[in-house]
Amino acid sequence: MIYFDNAATSWPKPPCVTEAMVRFMTDIGANPGRAAHRPANRAAGIVYDARKAAAELFHLSDPLRVVFTCNVTEALNCVINGMLHPGDHVITGGMEHNAMMRPLRRTGETGVEVTVVPCTAEGGLDVSSIVNALRPSTALIALNHASNVVGTLLPIAEIGRIARANNTLLLVDTAQTAGAVPVDMEADCIDLCAFTGHKSLYGPTGTGGLVIGERVELSRLAPLKRGGTGSRSEQELQPDFLPDKYESGTLNVVGLAGLEAGIRWVMNRGIHAIRDHEMNLTSKLIEGLSGIPGVTLYGGSDARRRIPAVSFNIEGMEPSEAGLRLDEEYSLMCRVGLHCSPAAHRTIGTFPRGTIRFGMGVFNTLAEVDTAVQAVACLAREKG
Amino acid sequence: MKQDSYAVILVHSTNHALRVQDVLGKNGIAAKLVPVPRQLSSDCGVCVRVNRIDKETTASVLSATGLETDGLYDI
Ligand SMILES: Cc1ncc(COP(=O)(O)O)c(C=O)c1O
Repeated sequence: MIYFDNAATSWPKPPCVTEAMVRFMTDIGANPGRAAHRPANRAAGIVYDARKAAAELFHLSDPLRVVFTCNVTEALNCVINGMLHPGDHVITGGMEHNAMMRPLRRTGETGVEVTVVPCTAEGGLDVSSIVNALRPSTALIALNHASNVVGTLLPIAEIGRIARANNTLLLVDTAQTAGAVPVDMEADCIDLCAFTGHKSLYGPTGTGGLVIGERVELSRLAPLKRGGTGSRSEQELQPDFLPDKYESGTLNVVGLAGLEAGIRWVMNRGIHAIRDHEMNLTSKLIEGLSGIPGVTLYGGSDARRRIPAVSFNIEGMEPSEAGLRLDEEYSLMCRVGLHCSPAAHRTIGTFPRGTIRFGMGVFNTLAEVDTAVQAVACLAREKG
Repeated sequence: MKQDSYAVILVHSTNHALRVQDVLGKNGIAAKLVPVPRQLSSDCGVCVRVNRIDKETTASVLSATGLETDGLYDI
């Protein structure tokens, strides 16, 4: 089987991830931060180690600035719902996932002004269009780091500098890049870094977080939920400090044990080494697919400016049919359709039909790319 | 009964306790998470315990690193 659906969630996971989860379930099991006995402290230690790993990954020195959520969607909701008020202005782009777009559109209904800056047909963004969209009331610029549909990377560092110069904050959805492309909150001027654990960090589903930079005033960011944090138990009001303010309810400790192992695994392997491998896969796939008559590729052709999620269509064949046949006849797993991103498909001109997307990851090989290209060529030939 | 003497650092939460333990450890001070002694607080949480002989060094590490705590007490 060829698994080319890593853009949805990565598979397989490194064995150390599963081992860390089994170890927690069999040897520890306790609730972190709800007692002070030894297993509870070990559980809290696991969560803390996961915070340290995430802080290191995103180049932030204080692990307590890492707030864990169940995925990037929750992290984005936390910022969008917790920070924007009627009259505020927010800038986003034309390639966003619904995890960003839906909560933004919802705030739009309550009086927040939302500007969607158009993107190019390749999924890129012209930085000057961000500058032109700025207003005195711009409270937030909210963008993905890379598109999950065509893989195009946005110039986040440049946009971050613009945000700083204009006294506004930058929220980045790193769902597709954390672990696959270096993300440096300092150098890239990212104030709010939302990540998901189950893609290129190779952790389990149900893990993710929000890393909160020092420019963010906590008093201006309301929590999405309130409840027990294991701290200040004598008080009936939510604590106002990090990370407790944003972490009510028992955390997914077994998941975070796996996430920590995944992040450490990525850092030991080296993000640059992972990136090189994935760029090689991407170049080879683009080269192969672009040589097939009847295949239309979307996004740019330069692997250095994209991540290994590649969208295409086969002339005369619906994406749904292609997906089914690739699975059943070629044992190739991919995702077809709109990928939860109608805005992105409108931008690249594939709405409502959608595309076939091959999402590669660190465990894929050049040989698998060859096999996949041959499979697509066979399908295209039938229709040609 | 153990007769050893200790000092404890009170903190906002378990998360803060772990950060203090981590930073003290990096500075060569053995620190342990224990339940907050009842005479110091009614909160059900944890605090960080160090040996009394390390109290001075602990205090200087805490002030040098600027970590938020709710104080350092003898127990
Ligand atoms: C760009 C982007 N944002 C958000 C998401 C949502 O991720 P999750 O389901 O982990 O919250 C995804 C992936 O599905 C994505 O690719």
